[in-house]
Amino acid sequence: MRLAQSFALENALIEADCIEATEFPDLAGRYRVYAVPKTVINGAGSIEGSLPEQFFLEEILKTLPAPEPGTAPGATQP
Amino acid sequence: MSMLREQDAKEVRERLKSMTSPVRLVHFTQELNLEYGRETKQLLEDLSGLSDQLSLEVHNFLLEKEEAAAYGVDMVPATVVCNGKSKGIRFYGIPAGYEFASLLDAILMVSQGDSGLTPESREKLAAVTQPLHLQVFVTPT
Repeated sequence: MRLAQSFALENALIEADCIEATEFPDLAGRYRVYAVPKTVINGAGSIEGSLPEQFFLEEILKTLPAPEPGTAPGATQP
Repeated sequence: MSMLREQDAKEVRERLKSMTSPVRLVHFTQELNLEYGRETKQLLEDLSGLSDQLSLEVHNFLLEKEEAAAYGVDMVPATVVCNGKSKGIRFYGIPAGYEFASLLDAILMVSQGDSGLTPESREKLAAVTQPLHLQVFVTPT
C-alpha cells in the first residue's frame, strides 16, 4: 500500500485506494482477490503480492495503453 | 470509548510530531448501517486528537453525495487523506492493524510532501498523462 500511496502523491491523475477486503466482499469477489495484497489497476490488470518499487511501477505502467499515434514527440501528422 | 490504547496513543502522538503541514482526514460513513462504522469513526476521532496539524471532517454518505463524488468516494466507510495539493489517497474500511500503520505513513507523507520515491520513479510518474486508479486489497492482520 505504501508504494501506491507514494505514486498518488507524485501525480494528481493517480488515485490509490486501500481496501479492506473482508469489509467489501463483493468487490473483492469481482476482482478475484484470494490473497493479499492484490493491486487492481484501472479495474483491469492486477499485481499479486508485494514488489520492489521499480518492478511495481513497471508492472503498473505496462498496463497503460500506449499514447495515441501523433502524440509522441516528433511524430508526423498524416 | 477510545479505540487506541494509552501506550499506542503516546507513540502515535510522538510520530505525528514530524508533520510539517496540516492534513485533513475526510471521512464518509453511514455509521449505523455498517459493521465497523462506529469503530472506524471512533478510531479517526482518537487519531485526529493526537496532533494539532491533523483534522477530521465527517460526512454522511447518503446525504452528501456531491461531496462524496468530489472526493471520488463510492462506498463506505471511506477516509481520504488530503491537503490543499493532494486528495488521491483513500482508505476503505476500518484502518486497523497493519493498515493503521499505512494510514500513519500516508498522513506523514502528505504532510511532508515527500513520496520517498527514487528520482527515476518520480520522473516516470510525472510522465503519466491518463487517469490511473490503483485499488490495493488488504486484510487487517
